[in-house]
Amino acid sequence: MSSDQDHLKETDTEARFEFKKEENSAVRSDKGLTEEVIRMISEDKDEPDWMLERRLRALKQYQNMPMPTDWPGQPDLTELDIEEIVPYIRPDVDKREGVDDWTELPDEIKDTFDKLGIPEAEKNALSGVGAQYESEVVYQNMQEQWEEKGVVFMNMDRAVKEHPELVKEYFMTTCVPPSDNKFAALHGAVWSGGSFVYVPEDVTVEMPVQAYFRMNSEGMGQFEHTLIVAEEGSEVHYIEGCSAPKYGTHNLHSGCVEVFVGEDAHVQYSTVQNWSKNTFNLNTKRAICEENATMEWVSGSMGSKATMLYPCTILKGRGSTDTHITIAFAGEGQNIDTGAKVYHNAPDTSSTIESKSISKDGGRTNYRGLVHIADGAENSSTAVECDALMFDNESTSDTMPYMEIEESKVDVAHEATVGKIGDEDIFYLQSRGLDDDDAKKMIVAGFIEPITEELPIEYAVELNRLIELEMEGSLG
Amino acid sequence: MARLELSNLHAEVADGDEKILEGVNLEVESGEIHALMGPNGSGKSTTAKVIAGHPAYEVTEGEVLIHLEEGEFGEDIEIDEDQRTWNLLELEPNERAALGVFLGFQYPAEIDGVTMTNFLRTALNAKIEEREELFEDEESEEEEADEGFETSPMEGPADEGEVGVAEFQQILQEKMEQLDMDEKFAQRYLNAGFSGGEKKQNEVLQAAILEPSIAVLDEIDSGLDIDRLQDVSNGINALRDEQGTGILQITHYQRILDYVEPDHVHVMLDGQIAKSGGPELAEELEDKGYDWVRDEVYGTA
Repeated sequence: MSSDQDHLKETDTEARFEFKKEENSAVRSDKGLTEEVIRMISEDKDEPDWMLERRLRALKQYQNMPMPTDWPGQPDLTELDIEEIVPYIRPDVDKREGVDDWTELPDEIKDTFDKLGIPEAEKNALSGVGAQYESEVVYQNMQEQWEEKGVVFMNMDRAVKEHPELVKEYFMTTCVPPSDNKFAALHGAVWSGGSFVYVPEDVTVEMPVQAYFRMNSEGMGQFEHTLIVAEEGSEVHYIEGCSAPKYGTHNLHSGCVEVFVGEDAHVQYSTVQNWSKNTFNLNTKRAICEENATMEWVSGSMGSKATMLYPCTILKGRGSTDTHITIAFAGEGQNIDTGAKVYHNAPDTSSTIESKSISKDGGRTNYRGLVHIADGAENSSTAVECDALMFDNESTSDTMPYMEIEESKVDVAHEATVGKIGDEDIFYLQSRGLDDDDAKKMIVAGFIEPITEELPIEYAVELNRLIELEMEGSLG
Repeated sequence: MARLELSNLHAEVADGDEKILEGVNLEVESGEIHALMGPNGSGKSTTAKVIAGHPAYEVTEGEVLIHLEEGEFGEDIEIDEDQRTWNLLELEPNERAALGVFLGFQYPAEIDGVTMTNFLRTALNAKIEEREELFEDEESEEEEADEGFETSPMEGPADEGEVGVAEFQQILQEKMEQLDMDEKFAQRYLNAGFSGGEKKQNEVLQAAILEPSIAVLDEIDSGLDIDRLQDVSNGINALRDEQGTGILQITHYQRILDYVEPDHVHVMLDGQIAKSGGPELAEELEDKGYDWVRDEVYGTA
């Protein structure tokens, strides 16, 4: 490649990702998805051959699958040109220990951190430019505690090398194979970073496993993979704290989460995510529950231009249980298409879906859900409740709950409400001294309370604050 | 002492031309209890809503003023000569609240997910803050930059506002005891699933906490059984006796006036105050209904 071309590439990428310092990235792949790019990623990670092979197989599957375009009311993906995307950027870790880079961050991000009230050190950590040291220490302390019990909690890239058997068995095999959908295939080809959690039989991890560290060490990972394996009788709560706005303005986030919930095991996966407003957020998240297992999804989806995300649980074992609690917020120019999927494939299984969405300034939220009760899944029950709250007449909200019930001895309930923030409610609060904005914030805070209630306090507070900021239109 | 003054107040529905108020004149002072009576559709509730600033009504003529005196809001707030009289019609509902006007709703909103404690403390602090802004020396009035939150999200919510959580808990507990309310109330969601009586009691509790100069209570007696009516009435009397609140009590019936004895009674007919008098007027209405007032005023037979 000539130096002229090099220059072109640099400028292009810089514009695309709004990198403030080019030395922030040590390794950057070419644009688009080619075998060379995949090989380069794998080589840079020093991966074993089997992982490279999986990547290449996923790439082929990706190339043979069409983009989803014809779902009723689905977000418009025509502006998404994957061939224009740089799938892999490894930040230069050494450079990121300095906190001086803080001043180099885009204003909107600095502003957001300020408004969130995040102290300087933490801001640097969250923005991926520094303070990594602190997080690393915390992470290691916790890790020692867990290691004694045989718990594994590490970066997914590292897990490929250190726990190849487990990764070989579970990584994009039976839960989310790359053939599942276009973006799962894409993910399988270019995935990078993420978390690996393994909890041995009968071990309870008392503290929530938090993935804040991952943001620090990966910073810009747009295709992170989360793999959670909870063996029989174990219990773990995994929290992904991507609650700070992402550094940079990437075009595509396509993460993948796979959860294996063993017999009598209990896994809660919580996430509060806030993406920059030009991100296409297209993910696949799925859990498989064995007998009497319990899976809980708690998620707040904020930001992005378009989100398509339907966390899915397969209730494979008799007596297994699933709970979904989700919230979505769409402002101007945003289309958040989210919901839940549950497959009742065994008798005595139960699921609960509680979905809340808020839209304002012409934003659009969709609830898209699928509950499938297989023939023979006797005595299963499902309850779906979706509530939409709209700020104004320009905003829209659609509910598309699909129910496929093949068994007659089941209990199925669905309830949906759509409402505008009521003038009478606002007036009531105003008459008590709250101004118009605070009144709306209070109503929204109450509306999302079932979700914040499920989250540890710091995440609940962040979720509330992020929503308040969205309501003020303060987030870029 | 504060005085609420309605003069020649005309109002209509904002998105129509239906006239509802046609020249209402009324004065309520701190420490007084006024009963505003009249048949359905005579404009009583509209009067209450217009005072509080409900957006569904448009005032076409007349004034709603509040006159304040030095020391109205304690020593912290100095009230200059030229800030003693405010035209409520120029103010937002929350600003009216900050100036000491309270509306007790006939049908209070139900706000799910917001605990009573959280709501009441937020309201109390919002009112204190708004008051400071209204009475701030204009020269020092600068747009304050939004400096965000003071604490990290990792430390939990900031204890924002003048009245802190612990201090507020105490205030709330005290007021609830006075009103004979179950302490579980504090953790329930604002009016959500409250019985009719609980909602009314809650309105009085809010007035007790926000300490308004003038409280307009819109049919606070409707839907109450006799025990609850007594509780609510005791609460209203306490507002007047302990806080010196002036009460404008809107009601259909004489019943509540047995417990909350009015100093003045007004009869509203067709968007106007047709007749005013002392407590004996309410008794007369109880006996004879409203038609005789109509006959007297319009001279019809």
